[in-house]
Amino acid sequence: MTTAPAIETKNLCKRFGAVQANDNISLLVEQGTVHGIVGENGAGKSTLLKMLFGFYQPNSGDLIVNGQKLDLDSPSDAMAAGIAMVHQHFMLVEPFTVLENIILGAEGDGMLDHAKSDARAKLLGLEQQFGFDLPLDTPVSQLSVGERQRVEILKALFRGADILILDEPTAVLTPQECDQLFELVRLLKSRGKTVLFVTHKLHEIMAITDAVTVIRAGKVITRVATSTTSPEDLAEAMVGAKISRAVERSGQEHGAPRLKVEGVSAQSDLGHSALKKISFELFDGEVLGVAGVAGNGQTELLDVLTGLRPVSEGQITLGEQIVNTARSMMDPIELRRAGLAHIAEDRLKTGVVADMSATENAILGYQREPDFSDKGLLKLAAISAAAEDYFESQDVRPRDPSLSFASFSGGNQQKLVIARELARSPQTLVIGQPTRGVDIGAVTKIHDQITELRNTGKAVLVVSADLDELMAISDRIIVMCEGEITGTVDIQDADERTIGLMMAGAHAEAGSKGAKV
Amino acid sequence: MSAQANKLPGAIEAVVMPFLNTLIAFLLSGLLIWALGEDPFYALSLLFDGAFGYQEGIGYTFYYATNFIFTGLAVSVAYHAGHFNIGGEGQAMLGGLGLTLAVFWLGDTAPFLSVIIAIVGAALFGGAWAFIPAWLQATRGSHIVITTNMFNFIASALLAYLLVGPLQRPGGQMPESSDFPEGAGLMKFDELMSVFGFSFEQSPLNVSFLIALLMALAVWFLLTRTRFGYEMRVAGKNQSAAAFAGISVPRVTIIALMMSGALAGMMGLNELLGEQLRLIGNFTLGYGFVGIAVAFMGRNHPLGIVLSAILFGVLYQGGAEIAFEITTISSDMIVVVQGLVIIFAGAMPHLMRKPVLAVYERFAGKGAA
Repeated sequence: MTTAPAIETKNLCKRFGAVQANDNISLLVEQGTVHGIVGENGAGKSTLLKMLFGFYQPNSGDLIVNGQKLDLDSPSDAMAAGIAMVHQHFMLVEPFTVLENIILGAEGDGMLDHAKSDARAKLLGLEQQFGFDLPLDTPVSQLSVGERQRVEILKALFRGADILILDEPTAVLTPQECDQLFELVRLLKSRGKTVLFVTHKLHEIMAITDAVTVIRAGKVITRVATSTTSPEDLAEAMVGAKISRAVERSGQEHGAPRLKVEGVSAQSDLGHSALKKISFELFDGEVLGVAGVAGNGQTELLDVLTGLRPVSEGQITLGEQIVNTARSMMDPIELRRAGLAHIAEDRLKTGVVADMSATENAILGYQREPDFSDKGLLKLAAISAAAEDYFESQDVRPRDPSLSFASFSGGNQQKLVIARELARSPQTLVIGQPTRGVDIGAVTKIHDQITELRNTGKAVLVVSADLDELMAISDRIIVMCEGEITGTVDIQDADERTIGLMMAGAHAEAGSKGAKV
Repeated sequence: MSAQANKLPGAIEAVVMPFLNTLIAFLLSGLLIWALGEDPFYALSLLFDGAFGYQEGIGYTFYYATNFIFTGLAVSVAYHAGHFNIGGEGQAMLGGLGLTLAVFWLGDTAPFLSVIIAIVGAALFGGAWAFIPAWLQATRGSHIVITTNMFNFIASALLAYLLVGPLQRPGGQMPESSDFPEGAGLMKFDELMSVFGFSFEQSPLNVSFLIALLMALAVWFLLTRTRFGYEMRVAGKNQSAAAFAGISVPRVTIIALMMSGALAGMMGLNELLGEQLRLIGNFTLGYGFVGIAVAFMGRNHPLGIVLSAILFGVLYQGGAEIAFEITTISSDMIVVVQGLVIIFAGAMPHLMRKPVLAVYERFAGKGAA
């Protein structure tokens, strides 16, 4: 049966309530190939994967694995059929060792030692075969992100998987770790494994896959051999239309320094040192991008800038006002009044209350402004009017502010947040992940708005995990690694390779290091 | 997507679901009564007859409901701020102590003034009793469920000590205080009606029922119309978002829990200042705990709480009638029925969610097509 495709789906459909998440998906993945699946956020990739992995059951359509039609009722059915998934967020028990994590769920009889010694022998064989060098007795908590991903892959191989689904595997990796992953994927392929590689980064598709399926709005748009396509064609298929930028960056010089960060250190929630004496300036009329692999201090940087986390040393100055020192910190309300708006990087966690209505969320952070409340009482009419206004100005749909915030799509949620934060024309904007979980149409609009703010002389700081995004909208990019600024580059001189090295911790050459602007 | 898929319209959420849950509890209770060899429909008719069939019964029903409104509101205010105050018992006891001290302090010289101060005293003492757990939660992260529960025991012991010691009725053997001074009490409902020229049978129902309704209105106003209510709900649902909005979570926690304690403390108005006219050890009789069920059954909405408090009033009063009329059904059996209502309507509010959702989606789907 080696000629049968590894995975074939015929007219797979899945709907949630009124939403058709997958609409007649027909997928064909050849045995022993690397097959890419690309699509925007919300295109239906995750739904499809979850059906392949037995987590969801399709409403209609067939799933054929190695020539056999299967009904997968649970992930363990999928495992039995040789399908394993490496999730974007790893499913590992951090205090357990690599070995303990790998045998988790396959411990065999009551005595753990038997399972361990059996597993150890088998794993050594696998490690040799696939070129792993993972320390089996080290707790996972001590491993790097890239190593943890390899643990997940080794675990899948240990369970006898022949088909590996990698869900956005590069989202958390540095460019160098990505290269290692690609090597491993090629090796897996050469050993006869089938890999389903899911991403929205087109250059990865071009680099690693043999064939690619493009999904948009729950439908398969096209399936092509990678060698016959180009990133431009794929992008067009993904988006449905050529992306065009409505707002051009005007060639103005930037203005006076607006936000000064001088020798700032801060601790993470766990008490680790998250920022280490960083210094930079943000000027009026510029967009300053902050690049880096997630978890290298960007979150803490956003916090200290927006009054959510005290600095342990150094100081931050907004205009003429000192806003954060080791001794005192302006709270978020004072900062907003001083003209600093904050679009939170994790919208649903920090920026809004998901199960309150859009109207109630429209005043979050501004609830004490005199136009929204007076003598402790809310001005309900004014609040409704403001919400209506925000819906109008950003074209939020559906046009019903009484709905709970969570019932809007990611893009519409972000539009609402942006409307709220721009409503008082702040001079300074601090934005985390401006387009995370936002559909592509809205992405362009958000980028245009950021550029427009810059053109009108505002100071904008953008933290993003998406380097392409930063390259598209920034005037300068600073790169963070392990709480330090490892480099500052002007956009004319920026290239992804250099920035990638800085993200991995290599300091830039003299002349553009950290504190220097 | 899944969040959307689980949405039911507010009306179904607030009315149909609690109704179905109560119905299940009643069906099971009916089965139990049938298993005891009695006629469940006769029991049901006794229940409603006892609760609403005559004026005194009605009086008792609303008298019990008054306690539940206070303790239910107390639970809900804390819940909206994201905390589970199970210390209603202890806070009510301290509220009772507060009002007792007030009437003994001023009752002889100025009875009317002493009642006013007693109302404030009940709220102040109840709120103060909630302050320590609230402060520990806000500043040290000590879990409020543990601390408020422990404070119930402390309150009970404190009251027991005072009522066999300094506050005990001189020469008395019971753990209770002397009678309140003449005139230091709340007006009974029948007295109030006679002022307006209506007659109503005597019952323990007193004006604290009206105070309870007023409090329900006040809580509704707090939650929906005030900035503090808004900030409290934000902090209750999402602490990160509260910090983002410049809301001090510890401050909100302490104030909300003190409000909660104050409401629980006011339960003593009904029991002591309205009916007993003396302080009795353990006068709270579990009303503080049942308040949790009342709040959840009322979906933590003040109107819902008033309605579910009345339902519990019916169960208490009508249940007593059943136990009285049907000898094979003891008062313990009535506690079982109350327990079933608490389990189904209070503890398992989502039991019927899936089937209701399926039915709703079918009809909504048809509507859209």
